[in-house]
Amino acid sequence: MPDKPKVAFYWCASCGGCEESVVDLAENILAVVDAVDIVMWPVAMDFKKKDVEAMPDGSILVSLINGAVRTSEQEEMVKLLRKKSKLVIAYGSCAHTGGVPGLANQFEREEVLKFVYEDSPSTVNPQKTRPEIKVITEEGTVTLPKFFNVVRALDQVIDVDYYLPGCPPTPKLLKQALEALLSGKMPEKGTVLAPDIALCDECPRKDTKPSDLKYTEFKRPHAVQIDPNLCFLAQGIICMGPATRAGCEGVCISGNMPCTGCFGPTSRVKDQGAKILSALASQVEAKEEKEIDKILATIPDPVGTFYRYALPVSLLRKRIK
Amino acid sequence: MHGNGHKEDIRIGFYVCHCGHNIAGSLDVKSVAEYVKTLPGVAVSRDYKYMCSDPGQELVQKDIRQNKLNRIVVASCSPLLHEHTFRIAVEKGGLNPFYFQMVNIRENVSWVHTDKKAATEKAKDLARAAVQRVFSHKPLEPKHVKINPDVLVVGGGISGIHAALTLANAGKKVYLVEKSPTIGGHMAMFDKTFPTLDCAACILTPKMSQVKNHSNITLWSYSEVTKVDGYVGNYKITVKRKPRYINEELCVGCMDCIEKCVYKEGKTPDEFNAGLSKRKPIYIPFPQATPQVVLIDREACIEFKSGHCKKTCVEACDRNAIDFKQQEETKEIEAGTIILATGFKTFDADKVPYYGYGKYQNVYTSLEVERLVNASGPTSGEVILRNGKTPKMIGIIHCVGSRDKRTNRWCSRTCCMYSLKLAHLLKEHTDAEVYNFYIDMRTPGKAYEEFYDKLLEENVHFIRGRVAEVTDCAVRPEEEGKLIIRAEDTMIGIVRRVPVDMVVLAVGMEPKEDAQDVRRMFNISCSTEGFFLERHPKLAPVDTFTDGIYIAGACQGPKDIPDSVAQAGAAAAQALSLIDRGEIELEPNTAFVVQEECSGCRTCLTICPYNAISRDEEKQKAFINEALCKGCGTCVAACPSGAIKQNLFEDEMIYSEINGLLKLTSTECC
Amino acid sequence: MVSTNEQSTSKNSWEPRIVAFFCNWCTYTAADLAGVSRLRYSPNARIIRVMCSGRIDPQFVLDAFSKGADGVLIGGCHPGDCHYIEGNYKALRRVQLLKRMLKDMGIEEKRFRLEWISASEGERVKTVINEMTEQVRELGPLGMPERFADWDKELDILEKEINRKGETVDA
Repeated sequence: MPDKPKVAFYWCASCGGCEESVVDLAENILAVVDAVDIVMWPVAMDFKKKDVEAMPDGSILVSLINGAVRTSEQEEMVKLLRKKSKLVIAYGSCAHTGGVPGLANQFEREEVLKFVYEDSPSTVNPQKTRPEIKVITEEGTVTLPKFFNVVRALDQVIDVDYYLPGCPPTPKLLKQALEALLSGKMPEKGTVLAPDIALCDECPRKDTKPSDLKYTEFKRPHAVQIDPNLCFLAQGIICMGPATRAGCEGVCISGNMPCTGCFGPTSRVKDQGAKILSALASQVEAKEEKEIDKILATIPDPVGTFYRYALPVSLLRKRIK
Repeated sequence: MHGNGHKEDIRIGFYVCHCGHNIAGSLDVKSVAEYVKTLPGVAVSRDYKYMCSDPGQELVQKDIRQNKLNRIVVASCSPLLHEHTFRIAVEKGGLNPFYFQMVNIRENVSWVHTDKKAATEKAKDLARAAVQRVFSHKPLEPKHVKINPDVLVVGGGISGIHAALTLANAGKKVYLVEKSPTIGGHMAMFDKTFPTLDCAACILTPKMSQVKNHSNITLWSYSEVTKVDGYVGNYKITVKRKPRYINEELCVGCMDCIEKCVYKEGKTPDEFNAGLSKRKPIYIPFPQATPQVVLIDREACIEFKSGHCKKTCVEACDRNAIDFKQQEETKEIEAGTIILATGFKTFDADKVPYYGYGKYQNVYTSLEVERLVNASGPTSGEVILRNGKTPKMIGIIHCVGSRDKRTNRWCSRTCCMYSLKLAHLLKEHTDAEVYNFYIDMRTPGKAYEEFYDKLLEENVHFIRGRVAEVTDCAVRPEEEGKLIIRAEDTMIGIVRRVPVDMVVLAVGMEPKEDAQDVRRMFNISCSTEGFFLERHPKLAPVDTFTDGIYIAGACQGPKDIPDSVAQAGAAAAQALSLIDRGEIELEPNTAFVVQEECSGCRTCLTICPYNAISRDEEKQKAFINEALCKGCGTCVAACPSGAIKQNLFEDEMIYSEINGLLKLTSTECC
Repeated sequence: MVSTNEQSTSKNSWEPRIVAFFCNWCTYTAADLAGVSRLRYSPNARIIRVMCSGRIDPQFVLDAFSKGADGVLIGGCHPGDCHYIEGNYKALRRVQLLKRMLKDMGIEEKRFRLEWISASEGERVKTVINEMTEQVRELGPLGMPERFADWDKELDILEKEINRKGETVDA
């Protein structure tokens, strides 16, 4: 039997949803397993780092890496996979644009650690104990990887060939990507493997958005009874759809929740948050500074809302001290 | 993130202008040129004395041919001044004119900075920004817009009248809209005009009736423009016609109704006589008013106040022209060009209480004196004071509300001359001793200085010094019962007290009360003091920053009749040149939607101020009507997926400018 | 922060860099007027001309900061005076929200300013640019590019270790 193309999956700072989405290929996964040779998949298979290290450089056809990079271990692993792979695909929002873990870029490393180990409401830690960086055991010395100050998207650490966006990517997009990959019909390097148009294009509620929309108030989804048929923005609920790449086919919308932006911006946009900010603010129905502020104050957390998945790749990347 | 994608080999020609000493004196032009030479894409980099001169432009054209340049950057003055010049030069050189970018290193650098090193550094940054910008420039075609040959003239003073007649005589259809019930403006109130002393009415009223009778002029008096839409060549104007309560078609101006009004005497201050006399509720502003149509003052008329008037006026009118139920009318007109000749207002003398206006009855404003000496005025030309006496001593105070930090800083330009005129007329009418209190005598103008000489010979007195106050507080016997003008006589260095019977305040000229509203409506600017702003103080004195809108007369700044008329003619000529050209080239800086990138989110639809964006319902995408788009770029900034682009101001161009300014090369971005 | 320390040691040579976006009809014209009137002001602002303040995309502001601007100034027509009816209101609304966001991202308020300057207010151009230059000077460099480089040192450190390890393995 000729060598099947080798594929690796790896996860960094992520929730596991991306792994789940691979499994969501359902019966198609069998075809994938049939067609390729999986050489690394920590969540499902027992391969070790040294197995990968032993492989010749470039011998893996493609590594699909999900998760943001926030520790030295993740950095080490993605660099290793990069070396061993012909292609690297940033898989899912966190690898693509930093994702929800990237929101930690609103804080310094110490603030994060302090909250997690001391201040969070569910933590009881009167001694303020922190994990030990280095533990010497009989088997040898065990060290924790370094926890970085900055959360990064994958391409801020290694060279990335393609991006599969989404939190998580849909099975359909993954299947299309794998098919293209195996047939050698990949687009230009750097391409995001989803349509380069905003989500409204395929939104089931597209026709219900009025052409003279002005905002007098923004509402949060949990605070209102959401009309299941009307455009979210028409209901005053922030929907990132206009500033977010299509390709998910409106899964959240169909579940009666607004788009939160996980597919990232279109290729023409440098900063997803700035763009949705511009679009929404432009349509605020007020001319006086105070009135404008009053309306905008109904957006309690602009950074968290507009950069839910893309803060690490935003123009400012991280809050400064 | 997205690279240039230019396959084309970019060859930039860069030229830095010395502008004589204007630029080269404040920054090191040679080092700018040398620096730019090192930038990627730059094939030629030169400095030259005057880039806007013919040889300067030819230099560019020669380089385009010889060095196969395909982008041109000129660092010189403001693009608002010479961008057009250089675009034409570039086009003559065989390139698309929009492969050009201008760098403002004069107004933005050499004229405002003293540190030569810092100025040179800034010039380099700006140059680098432009050089990087032109990489993404695209060839464009200017937009062409047809010019509607009809003209709107706003304001029926001498400037508006002259402009309207000039255009009408050239065969153009003119709408003349005047706010008050008659045209004629301030000039109609004047007695004589300086320096020739010909009677104002004698030279003005024939022009007024020409307006009324001209087949090409539609005169709407007692009317106001309330809305202006559209753009050069195609303005849509809404005019509100206030009700006169008289049918203008039927009234022949016989004035029988006025005669028969239940009021035997007038009770309302007469506007035309500057309040020196009273008029009835039904009136005609003055005998030669144009149109010769009476009107009813709603505020004063008993019928309007109580509904129980005998309406003797109605009985008197055998043409049934009186119509108490007349309503305000709204007219819509279309015009390709607009001339604003909305005039001025005189300085309010109440603002200088130390000159006693309103406090002492015999203190007059110059405009009141114009009426007082006029044969058709309230006293039929006899100078009788409010106290019933004829003055024997008269003081004229110059620069009231002019050249004064406490009021207005500017010189009103007309007051010296009209003060001389009034001095002459008052002396002629009363044989009184007339004193002029002046700061400087300003008599530039044809035959003006000679007029001053003539006054000197007429034994009119001139005291050089600013008047401190007018008071009735007598300290010497000869001051009893008089008004005393206290002023420094700077010629002899003493403070003088001059007792007079009459004080004339030579009030200055100010922007009209509603100048700000008017300029907003017509989308033009005002200068600091509030007069309408011309496009260029020397080279485009009647143009504004809005194409197709011109200004004439005192709305642009204080000026006398000859200057107003000259400017009105100039404004008419500018309008004519546009009309006869038939079309105008507009900056092709319109926005466009890249169809395959548009998600149909409708953000742009809600924010376009011109309704230029519509939705193609079938394709479910936005579409911009190029003819309606004015190129503000607001939709481009708002488009959340970057699907709208603005010609000449594409995102990529702005980003490369930002890069350049911050010393990054275009590849260093993202 | 290392880069800021480096910056502050060379603070003598540091000059604030302000990127200014001026609308063509009011503020750019006012800047021209300032020039014609030979008003003297500090050379720290670099003007980018746009047709209307409504054209200013918040991305431009962030881009300028991220490329090393220490301050960003937007100049537009006074409310009610916009050449394009109300582009300036759109600018104002965006600026209000952007200001909040910048604050959340730790950027001092005084680094970002919106000013209405009409065509006749050449003097105002001078005042605003001088004022802002001094305010930004007081704040010191924002230095985003230096910060980015500084942040990424945590990556470089590991890179070197890996390389060293590689060497020992080979040996």
